Amino acid sequence: MSDAPLPPRDLPVRMIDGSPLGCALGFETVRMEHATATLTAPYKPEMVGDPDTGVIAGGVVTALLDHASGQAVFAALGQPASIATLDLRIDYMRAAEPGAAIFAHAHCYKLTHSIGFVRAVAYEHDESDPVATAQATFMLITTEPSIAPGDPATGAGQ
Amino acid sequence: MSESAADRLNAMLERIPYARFLGVRAELAGDEMTLVMPFAERLIGNVNLRALHGGVVGAFMEMAAVAQLSVSVGLARQARPIDVTVEYLRSGRPTTSFARAEIKRVGRRVANVHVEAWQEARGKPIASLHGHFQLKPAEPTAS
Repeated sequence: MSDAPLPPRDLPVRMIDGSPLGCALGFETVRMEHATATLTAPYKPEMVGDPDTGVIAGGVVTALLDHASGQAVFAALGQPASIATLDLRIDYMRAAEPGAAIFAHAHCYKLTHSIGFVRAVAYEHDESDPVATAQATFMLITTEPSIAPGDPATGAGQ
Repeated sequence: MSESAADRLNAMLERIPYARFLGVRAELAGDEMTLVMPFAERLIGNVNLRALHGGVVGAFMEMAAVAQLSVSVGLARQARPIDVTVEYLRSGRPTTSFARAEIKRVGRRVANVHVEAWQEARGKPIASLHGHFQLKPAEPTAS
């Protein structure tokens, strides 16, 4: 389960610090190895999507899978980069267990010079008993100011 | 009256902690709902890009589908996503976002819903979602 070797923390931690959403939801990188990333999110009251059951919102799993998938692209690249999600398909197998932290394990199984292809799985305890699985495609953004005309991407940095 | 339907819908959203986290509210015109998500810093995915997190945009559209289903189909409990596919068309700018859901088909247990999200212009969507949602029809036993 969690007897994983210690992660090379610098890169992923920097990335989550650079992500207000990741900070707000408490995302943390557990492990980052060649082309894979494992992230975890604690169970937090503000994540609940069904107040009757205490089950977290599908959207939280969506965000964690998206985030983990992006990190898998960074892992494959060997460095952080500007990326944009092109598409994300999520299959929700079952409700997440109320009160349990959730993990997302993502693998960037193919990286071209402009596109990263990723598969990911979300689970609480065991990857073979998934809450959800995902398939995502990311575009690597070059440093040309092409995203927001008139509003150049001036990073607030830290 | 439609006003009370909007109140009911916003009361439902108000009860969902993650809807409060996203800061969404619903506007109703007849049975057509627009979900509104004002910008907040915590919704940013990457400070260097200043774009909304892809997961936030996905969650926002998912919530629009669930809310529209509760307006159009009487449900005892929230519809639950079975699968969703999100296509990202433009980066989400740090400004207010809107989403509207179209129910393509409602069966006894499953509904197919398409959602589109936009910001400045309806004709320039930032993302679209299509997915299947599991329905729990209204039952007298539900609390």
